[in-house]
Amino acid sequence: MAEATSNRKFRVIGTRPIRHDGVDKVTGRAKYGADYSFPGMLHGKVLRSPHAHAVIKSIKVDKALKLPGVKAIITADDLPEAPNKMQQAGEMAINPSHLSRNILARGKVLYDGHAIAAVAATSPHIAEEALKLIEVDYEVLPPVMTVEAAMKPGAPILIPDLRNNEEGDKQTNVAQHMQFKRGDLDKGFKAADYVVEREFKTAMVHQGYIEPHNAVAIYNNDGQATIYCSTQGAFDVRSLSAQVVGVEPGKIKVVPAEIGGGFGGKTTVYLEPLALALSKKTGKPVKLVMTRSEVLRASGPTSGSTIKIKMGCTKDGKITAAQVWMAYEAGGFPGSPVVAGAMCILAPYDFENLLIDAYDVVVNRPKTAAYRAPGATNAAMASETVLDELAEKCGIDPLDMRIKNGVKEGSAHPAGPPYKRIGYIQTCEAIKNSPHYKSKLEGPNRGRGVATGFWFNAGMQSSATVNIHADGSASVVTGSPDIGGSRVSMAMITAEVLGLEVTDVRPLTADTDSIGHTDVTGGSRVTFATGMAVYEAAQDAVRQLRERAAKLWERKVEDVEMKDGKLTAKGNGVPPMSVKEIASKLGRTGGPITGRASVNARGVGAAFAATCVDVEVDPETFKVQILRCTVAQDAGKAIHPSYVEGQMQGGTAQGIGWALNEEYIYDDKGILRNSGLLDYRMPTCLDLPMIETIIVEEPNPGHPLGVRGVGEVSIVPPPAAVANAIYRAIGVRMTELPMSPPRLLKASLKRGGAADAHSAAAD
Amino acid sequence: MKKVLVEANINGETVEFLCEARQSLLETLRDVLNLTGSKEGCLTGDCGACSVMVDGRVVCSCLMLGAEAAGKNITTVEGLATGNQLHPLQQKFLENAALQCGICTPGFLVAAKALIDKNPNPSEEEVRYALAGNLCRCTGYDKIVRAVIEAAKAVKSGAAESRAGAR
Amino acid sequence: MAIVVIPALLRKFTMGQERVDARGRNVGEIIDDLDRQFPGFRPHLVEGGDLKRSIAVSIDGELGTAGLLDKVADASEVHFLPALGGGKDCG
Repeated sequence: MAEATSNRKFRVIGTRPIRHDGVDKVTGRAKYGADYSFPGMLHGKVLRSPHAHAVIKSIKVDKALKLPGVKAIITADDLPEAPNKMQQAGEMAINPSHLSRNILARGKVLYDGHAIAAVAATSPHIAEEALKLIEVDYEVLPPVMTVEAAMKPGAPILIPDLRNNEEGDKQTNVAQHMQFKRGDLDKGFKAADYVVEREFKTAMVHQGYIEPHNAVAIYNNDGQATIYCSTQGAFDVRSLSAQVVGVEPGKIKVVPAEIGGGFGGKTTVYLEPLALALSKKTGKPVKLVMTRSEVLRASGPTSGSTIKIKMGCTKDGKITAAQVWMAYEAGGFPGSPVVAGAMCILAPYDFENLLIDAYDVVVNRPKTAAYRAPGATNAAMASETVLDELAEKCGIDPLDMRIKNGVKEGSAHPAGPPYKRIGYIQTCEAIKNSPHYKSKLEGPNRGRGVATGFWFNAGMQSSATVNIHADGSASVVTGSPDIGGSRVSMAMITAEVLGLEVTDVRPLTADTDSIGHTDVTGGSRVTFATGMAVYEAAQDAVRQLRERAAKLWERKVEDVEMKDGKLTAKGNGVPPMSVKEIASKLGRTGGPITGRASVNARGVGAAFAATCVDVEVDPETFKVQILRCTVAQDAGKAIHPSYVEGQMQGGTAQGIGWALNEEYIYDDKGILRNSGLLDYRMPTCLDLPMIETIIVEEPNPGHPLGVRGVGEVSIVPPPAAVANAIYRAIGVRMTELPMSPPRLLKASLKRGGAADAHSAAAD
Repeated sequence: MKKVLVEANINGETVEFLCEARQSLLETLRDVLNLTGSKEGCLTGDCGACSVMVDGRVVCSCLMLGAEAAGKNITTVEGLATGNQLHPLQQKFLENAALQCGICTPGFLVAAKALIDKNPNPSEEEVRYALAGNLCRCTGYDKIVRAVIEAAKAVKSGAAESRAGAR
Repeated sequence: MAIVVIPALLRKFTMGQERVDARGRNVGEIIDDLDRQFPGFRPHLVEGGDLKRSIAVSIDGELGTAGLLDKVADASEVHFLPALGGGKDCG
């Protein structure tokens, strides 16, 4: 693997070409999952529970089946019983019972919106009418909506056979307890001059992709099936759908359509197994699309959480100890990202004594799914605001506080292993030296806040092939659905290695038959791991090209190299030859050339981001306006800077929404009251300023081009940065998310701030 | 359900189609006319992914019935380019990397076109106000706003060029 | 002799020790040695002849990809961590 240095000069990498799929997307030609149609296709709709927690006593479908146009109805009885223990499904480890029961409820419903039955009919409207004719008899149970309620002794039990790793055979709502411990906590706190202890509550939020979930399945008479869907991972759709429906994965081809946003929420399955089962039952293609209300009620948001944190430092600002208790909502089935959150909450700080207790807790809310750096944003809200308080007590600039305590190469990570080369300090310094941070912020009710964040980034498995065509163009085929413009980076890497123009390389995301196993587009891994596979596949093609040139020139292969984008013979005598020139000779020298590579990527580079935000808080309405925002992030090496900037800006925008307005609002019956985009309030164009970006490049030595994943970490700092800014604006330390106007008002009244303002106005 | 016969002008062509009375304009465009460029995001008029122009005005096609298109001039994203020539908005979106997943892009392009048709020189604030009805979850809007401002300038200078008799 | 950092919840098997010396050329042999030193240790890390899917191993700061077969050098530092990645951890 080539040593990555920041001094390397690239021809294509680092430029900003137009993405290859761009024209299709601006003309409406690009096909997303819901755009697919097939002859004879039926439309499916899902019946969903109107109760947060209930026993299903019976389901009667005969009336619905009689409605003209209805072709089939399925319930959990149409799916095989699934074992209740962790198992491999393809490359994923899942609990098949929980997965299956989330797809179609069996025996109990565990959240408002939980799927109970699915109908296939000749039109979506008829399918919807059929839902009203399905009769379900429920025994309603009391809903358990918070981690506190779920953990209380005597709480109603959601999953009767759920056991955790500590309480033996006791029924529980706590699916797992994880702990991280290092050093001597008591000694650490004794050495502290200042200690801050706070409890935080963060609300459940949704990834908010604009495109609802979709799936079209065609189950053929020969038992072979094809699924078209918008997904972040076609291979996982294959394994999971096979598992749920009881079909062999080898009989399923999954074609990933263009995808309208995922952010982690489309790394699992909801509609695909239903479409597959309905197609199997009817012998026709079946299409299902979620409505927005279904997306919010029944796809996976990320956890709301309760986090108690206590941190101590010396008077010159060195952290000496930290203790955390954190419980995350898993939703109706286990699997919150609390363990990841626990491994992130203290990750940027270099100190010895820590204790973290983390709890995965089931509640009557939808089963949570991954959301951009899952678990880390909740965690940073707690740690990065408490650190800000400690900095204030010590009289230290908040960025200096991070730099002083920041991890570097060789520092230990809270879960133990040492960091390799990382850019945390450099990222903090980038903000410190930014025009934004250096500028003065003046005016009443205005404040500036900073915060930082960490995310692991994933390696995992990817495959790639590079085909050299007779005209000297190339195609690069991977299995990574393109959510954010990654395919152009794959073409750029290929073009760089082969000495081609990026417009001579066609990137393609293939279906599960046409490319080797590739893990999800997620975990900030595509440019890193799939990019690594592409790089190696292109190098494999170069190896073969060198052999052909050697044949043509009657030289030894060792004497032929790829230099400055051309095949070159060492010494003199032969003019260099471009790939374009040799391409027409491939047939004569041995046949077509395909470079290939598969990786289980090692050398992952950790991601750090730092965000600075200026806010103004309206003293009467407590609306928070973001005046200015800058985000710095270590990208290792930015292959296509525009798309790296895009990831930074997008994550920041989501973080700001998480900070200010987004939350799931349930009533006392456990019914979701804001299952639409008017009241699940995400940032609009008018809510944000331009988002300034600073790409720090601290090359990752583990990647041939120095790449570090960039997709996720930018969502981690914003809520804490905004909270720190609000403190400086109106003197209130917020410990709840979102920091919406009613909460700011309440906190301000408690502190006496708003009361003063109102009485002053009355004078 | 008996279908309604509708005649409308869609992207400059007179089109005749049958739709059910209960089908929205969005559903009609996508499922009856195979114009899948307009996207479904929420069906309640909150996200703008289904934006089309009806007689020059931006409308959420999910909030209008297909039958109501009768006699109207409808512009969808499929009607923005002229033959093989992209509209400056489309070109600037590509140059500025103003799309990541691209699902909101058709709606933004239509809304932006409606804006610069009326206001050829919008400020950043005017752009943000006009596009506040279009949600994007990927980009944070920064590059979209830049693209629209650049496109407005390009349209203006393009119009000035043809007025100056460049042809 | 490799240094193994024991996960917090398993330190009850190592008499509270956070860092333990162990011998082995790969992760499997290290776990065997730990089991020899602290009987009953193995089932917490190994299931069905493979490293438990819920467990990841870091060897000198690099996450292993070969389960029990990942090589361990003489003075390596080995950490057992919760495995992240896949469905719920990839956003």
